[in-house]
Amino acid sequence: MTQTTEVTSPQSEPTATVSGTGTVATRIIGIAALIATAWLVAFGLGFSPADRDQDESVRIMYVHVPSIWVAYVAFVVTAAASGGYLFSKRHSLGFDRVAGASAEIGALFVAVTLVSGMLWGRLTWGVFWQWDARLTTTALLFVTYIGYLAVRRLGGDHHQRARRSAVIGLPAVLLIPLVHWSVVLWRSLHQEATVLRPDGQVSMGGLMLFSLFVGVVAFSLIYLWLVIHRSRVAALADFADDRLLADALVARRHEGGADTDSNHVDMSQTADINDVQHPGGER
Amino acid sequence: MIRWRHAMMIARKDLLVEWRSRIATNQVLPFALVTMVLFAFALDSESVLQRVAPGLVWLAVMLSMLVLVQRAASLETEDQALDALRISGVDPTSVFWGKSIALLAQLLVLEVVLVAAAVVLYRADVPAGGIVLLVTSMLTATAGVAFVGTLYGGLAAGISGRETLLPLLVLPVVAPVLIGATRALESALGTAGAVTSEGWPWVGLLAVFTVTYGVAGSLAYGPLTED
Amino acid sequence: MSASKPTGAESTPVVDLDGVVAVLGSYPVLAGASLQVHSGEIVVVRGANGAGKSSLLRLCAGLLPVTRGRASVCGVDLVADRRSVATAVGLLGHSNGLYGDLSVAENIEFRAGLVGATADEIRAAMARLGVDGRLADVPARRLSAGQRRRTALTCLVVRRAQLWLLDEPHAGLDTAGRDVIDSVINDAARSGATVLVASHEHERSERLATRTVEIRGGGIFAADGRPDQAGNTGDAGERP
Repeated sequence: MTQTTEVTSPQSEPTATVSGTGTVATRIIGIAALIATAWLVAFGLGFSPADRDQDESVRIMYVHVPSIWVAYVAFVVTAAASGGYLFSKRHSLGFDRVAGASAEIGALFVAVTLVSGMLWGRLTWGVFWQWDARLTTTALLFVTYIGYLAVRRLGGDHHQRARRSAVIGLPAVLLIPLVHWSVVLWRSLHQEATVLRPDGQVSMGGLMLFSLFVGVVAFSLIYLWLVIHRSRVAALADFADDRLLADALVARRHEGGADTDSNHVDMSQTADINDVQHPGGER
Repeated sequence: MIRWRHAMMIARKDLLVEWRSRIATNQVLPFALVTMVLFAFALDSESVLQRVAPGLVWLAVMLSMLVLVQRAASLETEDQALDALRISGVDPTSVFWGKSIALLAQLLVLEVVLVAAAVVLYRADVPAGGIVLLVTSMLTATAGVAFVGTLYGGLAAGISGRETLLPLLVLPVVAPVLIGATRALESALGTAGAVTSEGWPWVGLLAVFTVTYGVAGSLAYGPLTED
Repeated sequence: MSASKPTGAESTPVVDLDGVVAVLGSYPVLAGASLQVHSGEIVVVRGANGAGKSSLLRLCAGLLPVTRGRASVCGVDLVADRRSVATAVGLLGHSNGLYGDLSVAENIEFRAGLVGATADEIRAAMARLGVDGRLADVPARRLSAGQRRRTALTCLVVRRAQLWLLDEPHAGLDTAGRDVIDSVINDAARSGATVLVASHEHERSERLATRTVEIRGGGIFAADGRPDQAGNTGDAGERP
């Protein structure tokens, strides 16, 4: 975040230009993510064997499971950052931007989970969707974070956005245990609803387990890389808003008198305003 | 407790406004009944209707809740009464409880009518043994729904013209209530051979939800609505 | 005007704004407004539509966040905690904040109840503003603009705020109503309250004022056109 902190005070450095959001650290993470992804492709599609029951479709698991795992982490990060914003003394907007970025990418990964799960379901169960507890609650998780992202776009100033979304982003994380335990919860309450589970019956061989592990590493790196860039972009967007506000302020002060455009916050020296002062000059 | 007194004043005021304006009785209630009838048209099978009656009752409750919450929000923003409320020095927690209680009262009345409608239209049957479960689950679930509706309704009211956001925010959150309350109601009505004892665990789940949102709303209503 | 006016230096101002920027959406309604108002003053803020009068009052009531600058009202730092100022201020906003379906009396009783006013206080205030008797039972929706204004003002009177924030209080009122408002404002100031009135009806409001400031383009200036020096100017804008 070093690059963005220097530009957060618009007045002091109006000429600061930022050519990108990449730094040495993000480039290293990016390269590592690419390598890990290549490994995932090699192991997921090549080295790992086909499953005895599920045949080739088991390979979807190497995307499906890591993506939901990363999504969980992303939403926990959102909740932690929301808490950080709400409870820290400074109410730093950095927390808010990380929360937003993480939720966005978490939602993306849930979408990946849902789509890959549906494809897997079509191959294994013969249907895209099964009204089973885990699927239903995962869909719920997705919609909830879509709502969270909608709240972020409601407008108002940055701190209004941050406070509102933090208040929603913090408790939303409670859905994760619900999703996780839904299978258990559902079964205990509703016997007949035990159907195939997306993660059921996979007897993990060593190579399969390793492929899954590679997937987790690759997706975690991708997540990290995306979150860093996304929150930096958000910081730049906030900065751009501040710049617009600064321009709007100048324009607004012009309404008050043309010669007061330079030094407003301290308006003590401008004694030579000579436009209409008479009550009759009012509209 | 000054906070509790304020909450009761606000609840009384909300209910008084509803009583005077008759919007709830003249528009929301008929809306809910029309929904019930439309379900019957769409499904067009007595056995199916009987089977899904509990779900339809709760679906109608959820939809009516959205209408009631939007109505409560527009009441406060119409003449900017919300500003007056905000600067009267009343704790936001009191506002949250007052509005939740008013919404709860309206929803309960609505539910009595809807269950009666289900009996008439869908040939649902209320066995004597299920009454306790019926009342308990309805009270618990409705309190939860009222908390959620009030909390997000406050958010939508604070930002005028953003009411379209309300269903997106509220419906996913109340989905667990819809599931739990429907299962409990199925058990209470003995739908498709369900027995009463199966319903009680769901009431427990509903209670957890309701308490969670009661606490969450008490804490979050202020920060969510203060701009 | 008989209201005593403490000289700036020794007393803490009731309203103390310094370079306040406030934003609505992305539009800066206040663009570096500075103003000091001392206890017992009746300050009239005049300015064209859209100059920022209403926003200034809403900001003082804690309804609008301070984006930049320093602001304290009745000893509450609005930047840190704007909600706490609520108990000290009373606002008669652009809208009246009434529930159309409730009667005049019900509206007043609700608002008065929340601030803990007694039945006697309510009765006295209603009588003073002429919303008692038959009018009391009329739903607010069916009132005239002037009657609604009087009802809202009654709610404000029973509030007994330290700082009164009045947004165009004379709007929609007949002469008798305006006289009542003026006397209510004067009484408030005499009993130690501070009053900030936004108005573009100068004849009327400036007869009340102990000081007049002008708001233009979201900034505050003394009525003679100089940037307001927060009371240091002493007699700037003083009206008979």
